[in-house]
Amino acid sequence: MSVQPMAAPEGWTPNQDVFARTLMALAEQDDRITVVTSDSRGSGKLVPYGHAYPKQIVEVGIAEQNLVGVAAGLASCGRKVFAVSPACFLTARSLEQIKNDVAYSDNPVTLVGISAGVSYGPLGSTHHSLHDLAALRAIHNLTIVVPADNAETAAAVQAAAGCGYPVYLRFGKKPMPASLTGSPITGFAFGKGRIIREGYDGSIIANGETVLPALQAAEALAAEGISLTVVSLHTVKPLDTELIDRLSSHGRPMLTVEEHSVHGGIGEAVAGWLMQHRRHLPFRIMGLPDEYTVTGSQSEIFGHYGISREGISGAFRELLT
Amino acid sequence: MHPDKLIERSAHYRRHLLSIIHHAGAGHTGGSLSCIDILNVLYNRVLSVSPDTFTSGDRDRYIQSKGHCVEALYVVLADRGFFPAEDLDTLCRYGSHYIGHPTRKVHGVEQNTGALGHGLPMSVGTALAGKLDGRDYRVFTLLGDGELPEGSNWEAALTASHYRLDNLCAIIDLNGLQITGPTRDVCDTQPLADKFRSFGWAVREIDGHDIHALTETLEAIPFETGKPSVVIAHTIKGKGVSFMENNIKWHHGVPDAEQYALAMEELGADKSMTR
Repeated sequence: MSVQPMAAPEGWTPNQDVFARTLMALAEQDDRITVVTSDSRGSGKLVPYGHAYPKQIVEVGIAEQNLVGVAAGLASCGRKVFAVSPACFLTARSLEQIKNDVAYSDNPVTLVGISAGVSYGPLGSTHHSLHDLAALRAIHNLTIVVPADNAETAAAVQAAAGCGYPVYLRFGKKPMPASLTGSPITGFAFGKGRIIREGYDGSIIANGETVLPALQAAEALAAEGISLTVVSLHTVKPLDTELIDRLSSHGRPMLTVEEHSVHGGIGEAVAGWLMQHRRHLPFRIMGLPDEYTVTGSQSEIFGHYGISREGISGAFRELLT
Repeated sequence: MHPDKLIERSAHYRRHLLSIIHHAGAGHTGGSLSCIDILNVLYNRVLSVSPDTFTSGDRDRYIQSKGHCVEALYVVLADRGFFPAEDLDTLCRYGSHYIGHPTRKVHGVEQNTGALGHGLPMSVGTALAGKLDGRDYRVFTLLGDGELPEGSNWEAALTASHYRLDNLCAIIDLNGLQITGPTRDVCDTQPLADKFRSFGWAVREIDGHDIHALTETLEAIPFETGKPSVVIAHTIKGKGVSFMENNIKWHHGVPDAEQYALAMEELGADKSMTR
């Protein structure tokens, strides 16, 4: 199935843009905010930031290992550092620097993986990041956050600037709603999933840009009398086990959706918790399968793998049978 | 400390690091002996840092990229009062903070290192922060010649000259040997001085065991205003112990009791010092 790209509804903004705007506002208040880029300020929507705060941006050129090492050094001296680079390069080429210079050395860098997942869909696997959550989940001392909408993005950037520990933020390029709930976000905290919609017949746990089709699927199923909870599990690590405990306590079906390999992302994180807590329920992980990923726009790739209103609602119906 | 006194300190440090390696049954003996004179001069003459000022934002920083030669760093930090020398009896023991690479759990250590090619990028960031914050501290980092093929070093070398980081000094412990054999046979990095010059660095080459030359050179940072400095220190792996010098067996060889006694004797220990 192919889903044609559509013009974004009015008021929807790519989370990357919200990230850049939020950082601008933070930099105005705090001269310790420092961005490090690897020829990535354009992709990261940081050109206006660079003009406004030339002393709070460091360009290292196309050198991602150096990007992370330099960021760690800056952070060790008290600067609030955001190291910004496409997720595909940041989390693969610089993985050892993330592991040692940031996480192990406990330098409070916020690593910002932009154009994540299959945002660069037509450019092929070199530019996809479907491994990053799996790779980073296995590294101690790294909080991993994948915001769904503009509100979560702004809240996550603010939280990262103030938390004082290493964080990985992951954003895509597609315009997203201001708030998937239709209301301003309240009580955002790393490690606490956000309920987008409450229901009684099961749950869909998603993150990033897959929360939107998950919500659309839940709305479609609601019309059939199936009432689902939809969660934006924006924080991949630490996992919100209290929420998973609550959602799984009645044994109702659970579906996870993510713009990531089915290996090592939120699906397997949730499954691991369920299995080790004797929660046996109808369960499925949706994501990108272990194969050479098709190319096309992000929407087309999502459509191909069923990460769509139709695909997700169909998968949930199967869990109910 | 006067340079003549430093020569005596180097002998003491060599004995001490051999002692802890022998006691632990593990360590990087050859490289620690090749870089110990450099660390001696840094901590006793050059660096503005002490146990009391280690948390000061204005302190000079030392980041050891060749983290495997941590035993050299440990004995110097102990001597400078960062922790009791007896702590090093736990080197590489279960649960000890004194492991085979530097970690910030040990007082006086700036960054967790051990994987090669990491010290220079982190030092560049640290030096850049000093420039951005208008602080006068200097940043020194020690690299082995064997780690120079790591591409991250050259990425960082470009950034250092691009940002005119004359508060940064890289010291290359050029002992010419790595675990496989002579560095020139494994991956020849010569002409090294020309490479750094072409990357925009100010270069000096010295005898890395000449305390006077080390003192004079490291106190002269920056060599050129607006340029990062690199000291190519020609050293001898295993320096100070005749049967260890220039022998790759001692890259991480550990002396047995007989070898230990012989080494300590060569380093001027009396019999009572060899336990």
